Amino acid sequence: MAGSIKAEKIAKSFGNRAVLDGIDLDIQSGEIFGLLGPSGAGKTTLIRILTGQLRQDSGTALITGTDTRRLSGNDRRRFGITMDDFGVYERLSCYENLKIFAGIYGAGKREINEVLAKVGLTGAAKTSAGKLSKGMTGRLKLARAFMTDPDILFLDEPTSGLDPVSAAEIHKMILDEKKRGKTVFLTTHTMTEAEKLCGNIALLNEGRIVEYGRPEEICRRYDHQRRLKIHLKDGSDIEIPHTAGSAGTVAELIGSGKAETIHTTEPDLETVFMELTGKELSA
Amino acid sequence: MKNTAVIFRKQLSDTLKNKTILIQFLMFPVLVIIMENLVRIEDMPEHFFVKLFAVMFVGMAPLTCMSAIISEEKEKNTLRVLMMSNVRPAEYLIGVGAYVFVMCSAGMAVFAAVGGYSGTGLVQFIAVMSAGIILSELTGAVIGVFSRNQMTATSVTVPVMMIFSFLPMLSMFNDTVRNAARITYSQQISDLINGIGTSGVTAESVIVIAVNAVIAAALFVIVYRRKGLE
Repeated sequence: MAGSIKAEKIAKSFGNRAVLDGIDLDIQSGEIFGLLGPSGAGKTTLIRILTGQLRQDSGTALITGTDTRRLSGNDRRRFGITMDDFGVYERLSCYENLKIFAGIYGAGKREINEVLAKVGLTGAAKTSAGKLSKGMTGRLKLARAFMTDPDILFLDEPTSGLDPVSAAEIHKMILDEKKRGKTVFLTTHTMTEAEKLCGNIALLNEGRIVEYGRPEEICRRYDHQRRLKIHLKDGSDIEIPHTAGSAGTVAELIGSGKAETIHTTEPDLETVFMELTGKELSA
Repeated sequence: MKNTAVIFRKQLSDTLKNKTILIQFLMFPVLVIIMENLVRIEDMPEHFFVKLFAVMFVGMAPLTCMSAIISEEKEKNTLRVLMMSNVRPAEYLIGVGAYVFVMCSAGMAVFAAVGGYSGTGLVQFIAVMSAGIILSELTGAVIGVFSRNQMTATSVTVPVMMIFSFLPMLSMFNDTVRNAARITYSQQISDLINGIGTSGVTAESVIVIAVNAVIAAALFVIVYRRKGLE
């Protein structure tokens, strides 16, 4: 039960606009779960409902077995959150920022220094949060979420706008948390991030889950999207569907000596999402 | 109580780094020291600048600081983080309010020292100034809770603050202004400070301050119910 997240038929509207419509989730303890969808799909709204920041219109959401509409102070200590729009105290140092939350959670200097070390900000402990790079600010927000050593981490687009090195550092921290048995609920619109980190994913579009499962399984379900990419000796490339009928074309290109290399291309999550919704995931 | 203390300490850590707030706490206490020591005008009432600046301080510093602190936290979403971390709205507001009160009390101590208040006069001065500070804090909290961001807060704070801090000064020169200003708590605070050691506390002052307090509290409840702290 500890670290599990369940949602049944969650629906939420703002005015006449349905933002979430019948969302079902079953996330096991110790899993990294990825919620993928373009901007405006409803990812942040779902996180806000699952963390008790917002009430759903209908349906039930349970976090470690407790209804998110009735979360107590102790329940809230069991999950850490970083939302893209959560701010930091820019005039205060990293240490002072964390000291506020240590005070609230009854933690001390030792815990602050531990989380600073965990996110690699020990050297910047005395630096004002406003002077940090975007990547370091992201790490400071993560440190704040780690403060109570929570069972569940909700990370809303944790690598959004970061350079590849900073993103890789955050990926490593997320994987480290999984190794420690923590549940991670991750929202992203980057398919490579989801494929790299997540055990299960859900593709969210216009408030509805359009696919759910392991990334590789989802891609396999759309195997008809598999293609052959042939690089020709004149430097050009051609792509053809990978079907029984393509064998003749391939044989002809090899026979005539035009083909230099032949690769099969698997459908990725972006391709799957495009087929399901007609939209790009990163839109 | 623990979270209130955390918020109080957070604000203390921020004091020297937040120039906008710091200047509000320092401006009038520093000005009163300078003016009382440098300006000598014949027939000027004793401690004229203490009485003038004390009222301006009460009308300006607590009001501006409360609205600036709350609106900044709303704009930068740090308030939402605090709420998500089990800090209750009342704990937050009391923590910020206590901080502003303590900082303004330091300013009040400067005014009391420069004004040479002692004994009953000092007690009266502290009581009157404290009432004014609390009322201004409440008004500032209404604006802070009402405003989505700092820009909105500033555009509302400036005219409100000018009314409460400058009307008592302007009323010295014009009877019409004085009659209009009588309904504001800051004018009554001014009258009470000027009456320390002479006319004492009048019923009109007590009633006007009480009515102002009820209106500010009612406004706070209405705005808080409609807007909340996020």
